[in-house]
Amino acid sequence: MIQIDNISKWYGQFRVLTDCSTHVTKGEVVVVCGPSGSGKSTLIKCVNGLEPFQQGDIIVNAISIGDPKTNLPQLRAHVGMVFQHFELFPHMSITQNLTIGQVKVLGRGKEEAQQRALKLLDRVGLSSQADKFPGQLSGGQQQRVALARALAMDPICMLFDEPTSALDPEMINEVLDVMVQLAQEGMTMMVVTHEMGFARKVADRVIFMDNGSIIEDAATEEFFGTPRSERAQIFLSKILSH
Amino acid sequence: MSFFAQFDFSVIAPSLPFLWEGLKFTAKLTLIAMAGGIFLGTLLALARLSSIAPLAMAATWYVNLMRSIPLLMVILWFFLIIPLLTGKPMGAETSAIITFTAFEAAYFSEIMRAGIQSVPRGQVFAGQAIGMTYWQTMSYVVLPQAFRNMLPVLLTQTIILFQDTSLVYAIGAKDLLKAAEIAGKNYGRPIEMYVFVALVYFLICFALSRLVKHFQARTAIIR
Ligand SMILES: Nc1ncnc2c1ncn2[C@@H]1O[C@H](COP(=O)(O)OP(=O)(O)OP(=O)(O)O)[C@@H](O)[C@H]1O
Ligand SMILES: [Mg+2]
Repeated sequence: MIQIDNISKWYGQFRVLTDCSTHVTKGEVVVVCGPSGSGKSTLIKCVNGLEPFQQGDIIVNAISIGDPKTNLPQLRAHVGMVFQHFELFPHMSITQNLTIGQVKVLGRGKEEAQQRALKLLDRVGLSSQADKFPGQLSGGQQQRVALARALAMDPICMLFDEPTSALDPEMINEVLDVMVQLAQEGMTMMVVTHEMGFARKVADRVIFMDNGSIIEDAATEEFFGTPRSERAQIFLSKILSH
Repeated sequence: MSFFAQFDFSVIAPSLPFLWEGLKFTAKLTLIAMAGGIFLGTLLALARLSSIAPLAMAATWYVNLMRSIPLLMVILWFFLIIPLLTGKPMGAETSAIITFTAFEAAYFSEIMRAGIQSVPRGQVFAGQAIGMTYWQTMSYVVLPQAFRNMLPVLLTQTIILFQDTSLVYAIGAKDLLKAAEIAGKNYGRPIEMYVFVALVYFLICFALSRLVKHFQARTAIIR
Protein backbone atom coordinates (compact mmCIF):
# COMPACT_ATOMS: atom_id res chain seq x y z
CA MET A 1 0.00 0.00 0.00
CA ILE A 2 2.77 2.43 0.99
CA GLN A 3 6.22 1.66 -0.33
CA ILE A 4 9.02 4.02 0.67
CA ASP A 5 12.16 3.44 -1.41
CA ASN A 6 15.41 5.03 -0.34
CA ILE A 7 14.14 8.56 -0.01
CA SER A 8 16.41 11.43 0.95
CA LYS A 9 15.48 15.02 1.52
CA TRP A 10 17.46 18.18 2.05
CA TYR A 11 16.51 21.61 3.38
CA GLY A 12 19.22 23.55 1.58
CA GLN A 13 22.48 22.03 2.83
CA PHE A 14 20.81 20.26 5.74
CA ARG A 15 19.96 16.61 5.14
CA VAL A 16 16.68 15.85 6.96
CA LEU A 17 16.10 12.34 5.63
CA THR A 18 18.76 9.83 4.67
CA ASP A 19 17.90 6.79 2.55
CA CYS A 20 14.67 5.90 4.32
CA SER A 21 12.97 2.72 3.18
CA THR A 22 10.02 0.81 4.50
CA HIS A 23 6.82 -0.82 3.41
CA VAL A 24 3.33 -0.69 4.85
CA THR A 25 1.05 -3.41 3.52
CA LYS A 26 -2.72 -3.24 3.35
CA GLY A 27 -4.33 -3.41 6.77
CA GLU A 28 -1.05 -2.95 8.56
CA VAL A 29 -0.53 -0.47 11.40
CA VAL A 30 2.97 0.96 11.63
CA VAL A 31 4.08 3.26 14.42
CA VAL A 32 6.95 5.69 13.83
CA CYS A 33 8.82 7.03 16.84
CA GLY A 34 12.08 8.75 17.58
CA PRO A 35 13.53 11.81 19.28
CA SER A 36 12.46 15.35 18.43
CA GLY A 37 13.93 16.59 15.17
CA SER A 38 14.64 13.10 13.86
CA GLY A 39 12.51 13.67 10.75
CA LYS A 40 9.30 11.81 11.60
CA SER A 41 6.97 14.63 10.53
CA THR A 42 9.00 15.22 7.41
CA LEU A 43 8.87 11.54 6.46
CA ILE A 44 5.12 11.23 6.94
CA LYS A 45 4.49 14.45 4.99
CA CYS A 46 6.53 13.01 2.12
CA VAL A 47 4.14 10.06 1.91
CA ASN A 48 1.30 12.20 0.54
CA GLY A 49 3.61 14.66 -1.16
CA LEU A 50 3.01 17.59 1.21
CA GLU A 51 6.79 17.82 1.40
CA PRO A 52 8.83 17.20 -1.74
CA PHE A 53 11.90 14.93 -1.58
CA GLN A 54 14.96 14.94 -3.79
CA GLN A 55 15.94 11.28 -3.98
CA GLY A 56 14.20 7.93 -4.04
CA ASP A 57 10.49 7.40 -4.49
CA ILE A 58 7.32 6.60 -2.60
CA ILE A 59 4.64 4.44 -4.15
CA VAL A 60 1.16 4.76 -2.67
CA ASN A 61 -1.47 2.41 -4.01
CA ALA A 62 0.64 1.82 -7.13
CA ILE A 63 1.05 5.56 -7.79
CA SER A 64 4.46 7.24 -7.67
CA ILE A 65 4.60 10.33 -5.47
CA GLY A 66 7.92 11.45 -6.94
CA ASP A 67 6.68 11.36 -10.52
CA PRO A 68 6.00 14.98 -11.58
CA LYS A 69 3.14 13.74 -13.76
CA THR A 70 1.24 12.37 -10.77
CA ASN A 71 -1.91 14.26 -9.90
CA LEU A 72 -1.11 14.76 -6.22
CA PRO A 73 -4.42 16.37 -5.18
CA GLN A 74 -6.29 13.41 -6.63
CA LEU A 75 -4.09 10.98 -4.72
CA ARG A 76 -4.27 12.93 -1.45
CA ALA A 77 -8.05 12.89 -1.60
CA HIS A 78 -7.84 9.20 -0.66
CA VAL A 79 -4.97 9.37 1.80
CA GLY A 80 -6.27 10.66 5.12
CA MET A 81 -4.05 12.78 7.32
CA VAL A 82 -4.37 13.91 10.93
CA PHE A 83 -2.10 16.62 12.27
CA GLN A 84 -0.62 17.40 15.64
CA HIS A 85 -2.49 20.69 15.87
CA PHE A 86 -5.78 19.42 14.37
CA GLU A 87 -5.87 22.09 11.66
CA LEU A 88 -9.63 22.25 11.44
CA PHE A 89 -10.86 25.13 9.32
CA PRO A 90 -11.72 27.71 12.00
CA HIS A 91 -14.11 29.72 9.80
CA MET A 92 -16.36 26.74 9.08
CA SER A 93 -18.79 24.87 11.28
CA ILE A 94 -17.95 21.31 12.28
CA THR A 95 -20.31 19.95 9.64
CA GLN A 96 -18.82 22.21 6.96
CA ASN A 97 -15.37 20.98 7.94
CA LEU A 98 -16.55 17.48 7.15
CA THR A 99 -18.45 18.26 3.96
CA ILE A 100 -16.17 20.71 2.14
CA GLY A 101 -13.79 18.04 0.86
CA GLN A 102 -16.57 15.66 -0.05
CA VAL A 103 -18.39 18.30 -2.06
CA LYS A 104 -15.53 20.26 -3.62
CA VAL A 105 -13.00 17.46 -4.09
CA LEU A 106 -15.03 14.27 -4.48
CA GLY A 107 -17.98 16.01 -6.14
CA ARG A 108 -20.58 14.47 -3.84
CA GLY A 109 -24.00 16.04 -3.51
CA LYS A 110 -24.62 18.29 -0.49
CA GLU A 111 -27.23 15.95 0.95
CA GLU A 112 -25.08 12.88 0.71
CA ALA A 113 -22.07 14.69 2.15
CA GLN A 114 -24.15 15.98 5.03
CA GLN A 115 -25.40 12.53 5.89
CA ARG A 116 -21.93 11.03 5.74
CA ALA A 117 -20.68 13.86 7.97
CA LEU A 118 -23.37 13.26 10.59
CA LYS A 119 -22.73 9.53 10.56
CA LEU A 120 -19.02 10.07 11.16
CA LEU A 121 -19.64 12.66 13.87
CA ASP A 122 -21.85 10.11 15.55
CA ARG A 123 -19.07 7.57 15.27
CA VAL A 124 -16.57 9.82 17.05
CA GLY A 125 -19.24 10.74 19.60
CA LEU A 126 -19.75 14.35 18.58
CA SER A 127 -23.18 14.52 16.92
CA SER A 128 -24.27 17.20 19.34
CA GLN A 129 -21.44 19.50 18.21
CA ALA A 130 -22.36 19.50 14.50
CA ASP A 131 -23.28 23.16 14.28
CA LYS A 132 -20.54 24.53 16.50
CA PHE A 133 -17.25 26.02 15.34
CA PRO A 134 -13.84 24.46 15.99
CA GLY A 135 -12.88 27.18 18.47
CA GLN A 136 -15.78 26.15 20.69
CA LEU A 137 -14.52 22.57 21.09
CA SER A 138 -11.89 21.09 23.39
CA GLY A 139 -8.63 19.81 21.92
CA GLY A 140 -9.71 16.20 22.14
CA GLN A 141 -13.01 16.97 20.45
CA GLN A 142 -11.26 18.93 17.71
CA GLN A 143 -8.91 16.06 17.02
CA ARG A 144 -11.83 13.64 16.77
CA VAL A 145 -13.47 16.00 14.29
CA ALA A 146 -10.20 16.08 12.33
CA LEU A 147 -10.27 12.28 12.27
CA ALA A 148 -13.84 12.32 11.03
CA ARG A 149 -12.91 14.90 8.38
CA ALA A 150 -10.24 12.56 7.03
CA LEU A 151 -12.58 9.56 7.17
CA ALA A 152 -15.27 11.45 5.28
CA MET A 153 -13.09 11.17 2.19
CA ASP A 154 -13.18 7.35 2.38
CA PRO A 155 -9.41 7.04 2.63
CA ILE A 156 -7.54 3.91 1.58
CA CYS A 157 -4.97 4.59 4.28
CA MET A 158 -4.40 7.08 7.09
CA LEU A 159 -1.37 9.07 8.16
CA PHE A 160 -1.06 10.51 11.66
CA ASP A 161 1.53 13.02 12.84
CA GLU A 162 1.61 12.99 16.65
CA PRO A 163 -2.18 13.17 16.91
CA THR A 164 -2.21 13.28 20.71
CA SER A 165 0.90 15.22 21.63
CA ALA A 166 -0.84 18.60 21.70
CA LEU A 167 -3.60 17.28 23.97
CA ASP A 168 -4.09 17.50 27.71
CA PRO A 169 -3.49 14.07 29.25
CA GLU A 170 -7.14 13.49 30.07
CA MET A 171 -8.10 13.91 26.42
CA ILE A 172 -5.53 11.58 24.91
CA ASN A 173 -7.57 8.46 25.37
CA GLU A 174 -10.72 9.72 23.68
CA VAL A 175 -8.64 10.16 20.52
CA LEU A 176 -6.64 6.96 20.91
CA ASP A 177 -9.86 4.99 21.37
CA VAL A 178 -11.09 6.07 17.95
CA MET A 179 -7.70 5.23 16.44
CA VAL A 180 -7.64 1.78 18.04
CA GLN A 181 -11.09 1.08 16.71
CA LEU A 182 -10.01 2.19 13.26
CA ALA A 183 -6.96 -0.08 13.41
CA GLN A 184 -9.06 -3.01 14.48
CA GLU A 185 -11.38 -2.46 11.56
CA GLY A 186 -8.43 -3.05 9.26
CA MET A 187 -7.47 0.48 8.25
CA THR A 188 -3.94 0.81 6.90
CA MET A 189 -2.23 3.29 9.22
CA MET A 190 1.12 4.99 9.55
CA VAL A 191 1.25 6.72 12.91
CA VAL A 192 3.93 9.02 14.28
CA THR A 193 3.41 8.84 18.04
CA HIS A 194 5.11 8.39 21.36
CA GLU A 195 2.10 6.59 22.80
CA MET A 196 3.76 3.26 23.37
CA GLY A 197 0.60 1.82 24.89
CA PHE A 198 -1.11 2.39 21.57
CA ALA A 199 1.83 0.87 19.71
CA ARG A 200 1.77 -2.26 21.88
CA LYS A 201 -1.95 -2.64 21.50
CA VAL A 202 -2.45 -2.29 17.75
CA ALA A 203 0.82 -1.79 15.90
CA ASP A 204 2.13 -4.56 13.69
CA ARG A 205 5.50 -2.89 13.38
CA VAL A 206 7.44 -0.09 15.02
CA ILE A 207 9.91 2.12 13.18
CA PHE A 208 12.50 4.03 15.14
CA MET A 209 14.09 7.08 13.54
CA ASP A 210 17.09 9.11 14.56
CA ASN A 211 18.89 11.87 12.69
CA GLY A 212 16.85 11.40 9.56
CA SER A 213 17.48 7.68 9.24
CA ILE A 214 15.38 4.65 9.99
CA ILE A 215 17.45 2.89 12.65
CA GLU A 216 15.06 0.15 13.54
CA ASP A 217 12.11 -1.39 11.73
CA ALA A 218 10.81 -4.37 13.63
CA ALA A 219 7.70 -6.32 14.55
CA THR A 220 6.11 -4.81 17.65
CA GLU A 221 6.94 -7.61 20.12
CA GLU A 222 10.46 -7.70 18.83
CA PHE A 223 10.88 -3.94 19.21
CA PHE A 224 9.62 -3.85 22.77
CA GLY A 225 11.46 -7.06 23.60
CA THR A 226 14.98 -6.23 22.60
CA PRO A 227 15.57 -3.28 20.32
CA ARG A 228 18.74 -3.99 18.42
CA SER A 229 20.17 -0.48 18.46
CA GLU A 230 21.45 1.21 21.55
CA ARG A 231 19.79 4.50 20.63
CA ALA A 232 16.39 2.86 20.43
CA GLN A 233 16.96 1.27 23.82
CA ILE A 234 17.84 4.61 25.38
CA PHE A 235 14.87 6.25 23.72
CA LEU A 236 12.49 3.53 24.90
CA SER A 237 13.72 3.64 28.47
CA LYS A 238 13.19 7.40 28.54
CA ILE A 239 9.71 7.21 27.03
CA LEU A 240 8.53 4.29 29.14
CA SER A 241 9.78 5.76 32.41
CA HIS A 242 7.25 8.61 32.06
CA MET B 1 -20.28 93.05 10.85
CA SER B 2 -19.60 89.79 12.65
CA PHE B 3 -17.46 87.03 11.14
CA PHE B 4 -20.38 84.71 10.50
CA ALA B 5 -22.56 87.35 8.94
CA GLN B 6 -20.29 87.32 5.91
CA PHE B 7 -21.46 83.83 5.03
CA ASP B 8 -24.65 82.79 3.32
CA PHE B 9 -25.34 79.09 3.80
CA SER B 10 -28.75 79.38 2.17
CA VAL B 11 -27.06 78.56 -1.16
CA ILE B 12 -26.50 74.98 0.00
CA ALA B 13 -30.10 73.81 -0.23
CA PRO B 14 -30.67 74.65 -3.92
CA SER B 15 -27.33 73.05 -4.88
CA LEU B 16 -28.05 69.76 -3.11
CA PRO B 17 -29.29 67.85 -6.18
CA PHE B 18 -26.17 68.92 -8.06
CA LEU B 19 -23.86 67.98 -5.19
CA TRP B 20 -25.69 64.67 -4.91
CA GLU B 21 -24.66 63.83 -8.49
CA GLY B 22 -21.06 64.52 -7.53
CA LEU B 23 -21.33 62.39 -4.41
CA LYS B 24 -22.78 59.57 -6.49
CA PHE B 25 -19.68 59.53 -8.67
CA THR B 26 -17.39 59.71 -5.63
CA ALA B 27 -19.23 56.72 -4.15
CA LYS B 28 -19.13 54.82 -7.43
CA LEU B 29 -15.42 55.45 -7.83
CA THR B 30 -14.73 54.38 -4.24
CA LEU B 31 -16.76 51.18 -4.50
CA ILE B 32 -15.39 50.10 -7.87
CA ALA B 33 -11.80 50.88 -6.89
CA MET B 34 -12.31 49.03 -3.61
CA ALA B 35 -13.84 45.90 -5.16
CA GLY B 36 -11.50 45.90 -8.15
CA GLY B 37 -8.52 46.84 -6.00
CA ILE B 38 -9.15 44.03 -3.52
CA PHE B 39 -9.68 41.52 -6.34
CA LEU B 40 -6.58 42.52 -8.29
CA GLY B 41 -4.67 43.07 -5.05
CA THR B 42 -5.43 39.51 -3.97
CA LEU B 43 -4.15 38.17 -7.29
CA LEU B 44 -1.03 40.33 -6.92
CA ALA B 45 -0.51 39.03 -3.39
CA LEU B 46 -0.83 35.43 -4.56
CA ALA B 47 1.62 36.16 -7.37
CA ARG B 48 4.12 37.70 -4.95
CA LEU B 49 3.89 34.68 -2.66
CA SER B 50 4.05 32.17 -5.50
CA SER B 51 7.05 29.96 -6.09
CA ILE B 52 7.13 30.93 -9.76
CA ALA B 53 9.99 33.44 -9.67
CA PRO B 54 9.17 35.59 -12.75
CA LEU B 55 5.57 35.96 -11.59
CA ALA B 56 6.62 36.94 -8.07
CA MET B 57 9.14 39.40 -9.46
CA ALA B 58 6.70 41.06 -11.84
CA ALA B 59 4.12 41.47 -9.08
CA THR B 60 6.70 42.86 -6.64
CA TRP B 61 7.90 45.28 -9.28
CA TYR B 62 4.39 46.51 -10.02
CA VAL B 63 3.49 46.99 -6.36
CA ASN B 64 6.70 48.84 -5.55
CA LEU B 65 6.36 51.06 -8.60
CA MET B 66 2.79 52.07 -7.76
CA ARG B 67 3.68 52.69 -4.16
CA SER B 68 6.55 54.99 -5.02
CA ILE B 69 4.67 57.37 -7.34
CA PRO B 70 2.29 60.00 -5.95
CA LEU B 71 -1.30 59.14 -6.80
CA LEU B 72 -1.91 62.53 -8.37
CA MET B 73 0.88 61.86 -10.87
CA VAL B 74 -0.57 58.49 -11.81
CA ILE B 75 -3.98 60.06 -12.33
CA LEU B 76 -2.58 62.80 -14.56
CA TRP B 77 -0.22 60.60 -16.52
CA PHE B 78 -2.81 57.96 -17.23
CA PHE B 79 -5.32 60.57 -18.34
CA LEU B 80 -2.81 62.22 -20.65
CA ILE B 81 -1.02 59.16 -22.03
CA ILE B 82 -3.90 56.85 -22.89
CA PRO B 83 -5.31 59.10 -25.63
CA LEU B 84 -1.81 59.29 -27.11
CA LEU B 85 -1.49 55.51 -27.13
CA THR B 86 -4.96 54.61 -28.35
CA GLY B 87 -5.64 57.66 -30.47
CA LYS B 88 -9.00 58.03 -28.76
CA PRO B 89 -9.78 60.37 -25.90
CA MET B 90 -10.97 58.72 -22.71
CA GLY B 91 -13.55 60.31 -20.44
CA ALA B 92 -12.21 61.66 -17.16
CA GLU B 93 -14.56 59.41 -15.19
CA THR B 94 -13.52 56.20 -16.94
CA SER B 95 -9.90 57.19 -16.69
CA ALA B 96 -10.30 57.87 -12.97
CA ILE B 97 -11.94 54.50 -12.33
CA ILE B 98 -9.19 52.57 -14.13
CA THR B 99 -6.39 54.52 -12.48
CA PHE B 100 -7.77 54.16 -8.99
CA THR B 101 -8.40 50.44 -9.37
CA ALA B 102 -4.87 49.84 -10.67
CA PHE B 103 -3.32 52.06 -8.02
CA GLU B 104 -5.29 50.78 -5.04
CA ALA B 105 -4.58 47.19 -6.11
CA ALA B 106 -0.96 47.77 -5.06
CA TYR B 107 -1.98 48.86 -1.57
CA PHE B 108 -4.65 46.21 -1.13
CA SER B 109 -2.15 43.57 -2.28
CA GLU B 110 0.13 44.43 0.62
CA ILE B 111 -2.77 44.05 3.02
CA MET B 112 -3.85 40.75 1.49
CA ARG B 113 -0.28 39.49 1.51
CA ALA B 114 -0.06 40.12 5.24
CA GLY B 115 -3.46 38.46 5.59
CA ILE B 116 -2.41 35.35 3.68
CA GLN B 117 0.75 35.11 5.74
CA SER B 118 -1.29 35.38 8.92
CA VAL B 119 -2.93 32.04 8.10
CA PRO B 120 -0.84 29.23 9.61
CA ARG B 121 0.94 26.93 7.17
CA GLY B 122 -0.79 23.95 8.73
CA GLN B 123 -4.06 25.19 7.24
CA VAL B 124 -2.61 24.90 3.75
CA PHE B 125 -1.42 21.37 4.55
CA ALA B 126 -4.87 20.51 5.88
CA GLY B 127 -6.55 21.72 2.70
CA GLN B 128 -4.09 19.90 0.49
CA ALA B 129 -4.32 16.75 2.59
CA ILE B 130 -8.00 16.32 1.76
CA GLY B 131 -7.16 16.64 -1.92
CA MET B 132 -7.73 20.33 -2.56
CA THR B 133 -5.84 21.89 -5.44
CA TYR B 134 -3.88 25.13 -5.03
CA TRP B 135 -6.87 27.24 -6.06
CA GLN B 136 -9.31 25.31 -3.89
CA THR B 137 -7.02 25.61 -0.88
CA MET B 138 -6.75 29.34 -1.50
CA SER B 139 -10.42 30.03 -2.12
CA TYR B 140 -11.96 27.83 0.59
CA VAL B 141 -9.31 27.79 3.29
CA VAL B 142 -6.72 30.55 3.12
CA LEU B 143 -8.38 33.59 1.56
CA PRO B 144 -11.57 33.56 3.66
CA GLN B 145 -9.41 33.57 6.81
CA ALA B 146 -7.01 36.15 5.39
CA PHE B 147 -9.94 38.34 4.46
CA ARG B 148 -11.51 38.13 7.90
CA ASN B 149 -8.23 38.81 9.67
CA MET B 150 -7.69 41.87 7.50
CA LEU B 151 -11.24 43.26 7.32
CA PRO B 152 -10.57 46.25 9.61
CA VAL B 153 -7.40 47.13 7.68
CA LEU B 154 -9.16 46.74 4.33
CA LEU B 155 -11.89 49.11 5.51
CA THR B 156 -9.35 51.61 6.79
CA GLN B 157 -7.64 51.58 3.40
CA THR B 158 -11.07 52.15 1.82
CA ILE B 159 -11.54 55.26 3.96
CA ILE B 160 -8.21 56.58 2.70
CA LEU B 161 -9.28 55.68 -0.82
CA PHE B 162 -12.56 57.54 -0.35
CA GLN B 163 -10.68 60.67 0.67
CA ASP B 164 -8.18 60.28 -2.15
CA THR B 165 -10.91 60.17 -4.77
CA SER B 166 -11.08 63.97 -4.43
CA LEU B 167 -7.83 64.06 -6.43
CA VAL B 168 -9.74 63.29 -9.65
CA TYR B 169 -10.69 66.93 -9.44
CA ALA B 170 -7.35 67.45 -11.22
CA ILE B 171 -8.57 65.84 -14.45
CA GLY B 172 -12.00 67.39 -14.24
CA ALA B 173 -13.99 64.30 -13.30
CA LYS B 174 -17.23 65.41 -11.65
CA ASP B 175 -16.94 64.08 -8.14
CA LEU B 176 -18.25 65.66 -4.98
CA LEU B 177 -15.40 68.17 -4.73
CA LYS B 178 -15.71 69.23 -8.38
CA ALA B 179 -19.47 69.64 -7.98
CA ALA B 180 -18.86 71.86 -4.96
CA GLU B 181 -16.43 73.96 -6.94
CA ILE B 182 -18.91 74.44 -9.80
CA ALA B 183 -21.81 75.21 -7.45
CA GLY B 184 -19.64 77.61 -5.48
CA LYS B 185 -18.76 79.49 -8.64
CA ASN B 186 -22.37 79.63 -9.80
CA TYR B 187 -23.58 81.18 -6.58
CA GLY B 188 -20.41 83.17 -5.96
CA ARG B 189 -20.18 81.37 -2.60
CA PRO B 190 -17.15 78.99 -2.84
CA ILE B 191 -16.28 79.03 0.88
CA GLU B 192 -19.75 77.93 1.98
CA MET B 193 -19.68 75.09 -0.55
CA TYR B 194 -16.24 73.89 0.52
CA VAL B 195 -17.22 74.00 4.17
CA PHE B 196 -20.30 71.99 3.42
CA VAL B 197 -18.55 69.25 1.42
CA ALA B 198 -15.79 69.07 4.00
CA LEU B 199 -18.52 68.27 6.50
CA VAL B 200 -19.91 65.60 4.19
CA TYR B 201 -16.48 63.96 3.77
CA PHE B 202 -15.98 64.09 7.50
CA LEU B 203 -19.31 62.53 8.37
CA ILE B 204 -18.90 59.68 5.90
CA CYS B 205 -15.35 58.94 7.07
CA PHE B 206 -16.44 59.11 10.67
CA ALA B 207 -19.26 56.65 10.08
CA LEU B 208 -16.91 54.29 8.24
CA SER B 209 -14.32 54.42 10.99
CA ARG B 210 -17.00 53.50 13.51
CA LEU B 211 -17.73 50.51 11.30
CA VAL B 212 -14.04 49.55 11.43
CA LYS B 213 -14.17 49.60 15.24
CA HIS B 214 -17.24 47.43 15.16
CA PHE B 215 -15.53 44.87 12.91
CA GLN B 216 -12.35 44.90 14.95
CA ALA B 217 -14.36 43.78 17.91
CA ARG B 218 -16.37 41.19 16.02
CA THR B 219 -14.35 39.47 13.35
CA ALA B 220 -11.52 37.91 15.28
CA ILE B 221 -11.88 34.20 14.51
CA ILE B 222 -12.10 32.04 17.57
CA ARG B 223 -9.25 29.56 17.45
N1 LIG C 1 10.97 24.04 6.67
C1 LIG C 1 12.13 23.62 7.22
N2 LIG C 1 13.29 24.22 6.88
C2 LIG C 1 14.46 23.81 7.43
N3 LIG C 1 14.56 22.82 8.30
C3 LIG C 1 13.44 22.18 8.69
C4 LIG C 1 12.17 22.55 8.17
N4 LIG C 1 11.23 21.75 8.73
C5 LIG C 1 11.90 20.93 9.55
N5 LIG C 1 13.22 21.17 9.53
C6 LIG C 1 14.26 20.45 10.29
O1 LIG C 1 14.21 19.11 9.89
C7 LIG C 1 14.44 18.25 11.00
C8 LIG C 1 13.34 17.24 11.10
O2 LIG C 1 12.13 17.90 11.43
P1 LIG C 1 10.79 17.11 11.73
O3 LIG C 1 9.74 18.10 12.01
O4 LIG C 1 10.53 16.14 10.63
O5 LIG C 1 11.18 16.32 13.04
P2 LIG C 1 10.25 15.45 13.97
O6 LIG C 1 10.91 14.15 14.10
O7 LIG C 1 8.87 15.47 13.48
O8 LIG C 1 10.36 16.22 15.35
P3 LIG C 1 9.24 16.51 16.45
O9 LIG C 1 9.18 15.31 17.32
O10 LIG C 1 9.78 17.70 17.18
O11 LIG C 1 7.96 16.80 15.76
C9 LIG C 1 14.56 19.14 12.22
O12 LIG C 1 15.93 19.29 12.53
C10 LIG C 1 13.98 20.46 11.77
O13 LIG C 1 14.64 21.52 12.41
MG1 LIG D 1 7.02 16.31 14.23
